[in-house]
Amino acid sequence: MADTAIARRTRSFGRKTRGTYLRRSLVIIYLTMLVIWPVSLVAVETFSDGNSLTHALSDPAVTKAIWLTVQVTAWAVVINTVFGVIVSLLIVRYRFPGRRLYSTLLDLPLSVSPVVVGLALLLAYGPRDGFFGPALQDMGISIIFSTPGIVMATAFVSLPLVIRELVPILEEIGTDQELAARSLGAGPWQTFRRITLPSIKWALLYGVVLSLARSLGEFGAVKIVSGNISQRTQTATLVVEDKYLEFEQGTAYATAFLLTLIAVAALVVVTFLRPKEEQK
Amino acid sequence: MSIEIRDTAKNFGDFVALADINLSIPSGGLTALLGPSGGGKSTLLRIIAGLETPDSGTVEIDGVDATNVPAQRRGVGFVFQHYAAFKHMSVAKNVAFGLEIRKQPKDEIAQRVADMLKLVHLSQFADRLPSQLSGGQRQRMALARALAIEPKVLLLDEPFGALDAKVRKELRDWLRRLHDEVHVTTVFVTHDQEEALEVADNIVVINNGRVEQVGTPDDLYDNPANEFVLSFLGPITTLGGAAIRPHDIEVVSPTVPDVVTGEIVRITRIGFEVRVVVQPFDTAGRPVDDQVTVTLTRSEARELGLTAGQRIGLRPREGSLIPAR
Repeated sequence: MADTAIARRTRSFGRKTRGTYLRRSLVIIYLTMLVIWPVSLVAVETFSDGNSLTHALSDPAVTKAIWLTVQVTAWAVVINTVFGVIVSLLIVRYRFPGRRLYSTLLDLPLSVSPVVVGLALLLAYGPRDGFFGPALQDMGISIIFSTPGIVMATAFVSLPLVIRELVPILEEIGTDQELAARSLGAGPWQTFRRITLPSIKWALLYGVVLSLARSLGEFGAVKIVSGNISQRTQTATLVVEDKYLEFEQGTAYATAFLLTLIAVAALVVVTFLRPKEEQK
Repeated sequence: MSIEIRDTAKNFGDFVALADINLSIPSGGLTALLGPSGGGKSTLLRIIAGLETPDSGTVEIDGVDATNVPAQRRGVGFVFQHYAAFKHMSVAKNVAFGLEIRKQPKDEIAQRVADMLKLVHLSQFADRLPSQLSGGQRQRMALARALAIEPKVLLLDEPFGALDAKVRKELRDWLRRLHDEVHVTTVFVTHDQEEALEVADNIVVINNGRVEQVGTPDDLYDNPANEFVLSFLGPITTLGGAAIRPHDIEVVSPTVPDVVTGEIVRITRIGFEVRVVVQPFDTAGRPVDDQVTVTLTRSEARELGLTAGQRIGLRPREGSLIPAR
């Protein structure tokens, strides 16, 4: 009796009514129209005339831009990872005046347009009339229109991503494990490396991948601070725009395709790594 | 390894968690810090462990001032209410943690871990993750982990608070037996007076950040220093104006001289115990005072054949009235 009742209930849960199909179709259509179809067109365009990809990869403007993007992304991700872990620990584990304001400010880079970020950095570090710019220029350090400026702009826009992944996890795990480790003789660094880090590693990895993807794709802020000098301060996204405007659509699509490929690959790798660990 | 706490105070903002605590905890004993939630007992334990710093006062462990020694160098084993298991490590790795931090040789660690797991009856679970253990098993693992480093003192913060009633009782017995085996100075925090009375050699009653009384379980139960200790340690009722434990009242015939007479209002049976609520009368037969609660064993109640509405006499058993202070 009870068995059949349970069986019936399970069946009714699993039963596919017309509504189920309607809901699924809606979701699939939405995603297709908005994301899958347009992005796949980029891939189609890349391969449609056969040699766009090879053509793009033989263009030094493209290869140098991609190399610059990789370097800038690496720096931005490293900076945001280290800074993100420290800041997350700070806002979760310590109470200090202005903590909530600080926490709110951390979302600013996500809510402000990247163009504004670029302008702000230009104002602060510009070589001629920036606040620090002239002094740094005298010391022989140029920030705007060179790699450091691009790294700063990229790090700025992707700053909250690691932190927003870490904070909920840190709040969830609490401090008991860390205190237990301390009472067992572990110092602060040992506690972090052996207890805190393993507990947050998946959130951290996910945050890193998100900021990686964000950094690869940054356009507005970088366009302003870089000066967009071909083969010197032009990143991959800037090349895409340039080539598109210069009627080299094939190269533009191929570069765009490469950018997408890296970001998707990173997300896929993480998605496949994660469940394996959880099943253990 | 005695613990001396002198003039220790701690505030959290406006809240006084501890107000000038002076306490000495004897070596080798099993001491309970007993009191209601928010009374400061956990704060005191954390101060002993070095997980919290006092605003003033000193903590001495084994004759050495430990007030400014950080937690990791106090040599104190700490067990948390919610186990604080290292979730990403196996049971054996959890227990080995403190030893690995101390960089002991691998074979010594393995031997010590095996011994500890045997002590807490978890040998067959060495390779499991904490999430695959029951609550009671996790807490035993946490105990093994704390004991593995051969602590000078073992501190337990509401160690059985998160467990269900049956497991809690088992672990209580087991903790008592374990303590008789390893003899490490042990302090545990509890809000359950039964747990304290059953397990501890010494009880420290803490309320509102102050020590209300220190003594053996018998001492506290029979000679409470004040109203608070009296009511916190067990049920209490008044008979003829004096405080008394409900099980210390004898039910006799109303015709016996010098007894309080009254009428049974209600009889409630809770397992082996029968709770009788009685409305006392004065000599003229008018109801006086508050109702008195009397607890009897089931067989006593059955022998007396008590029913609601019946008139009975009540008198305190010998030496059972609690001296009013």
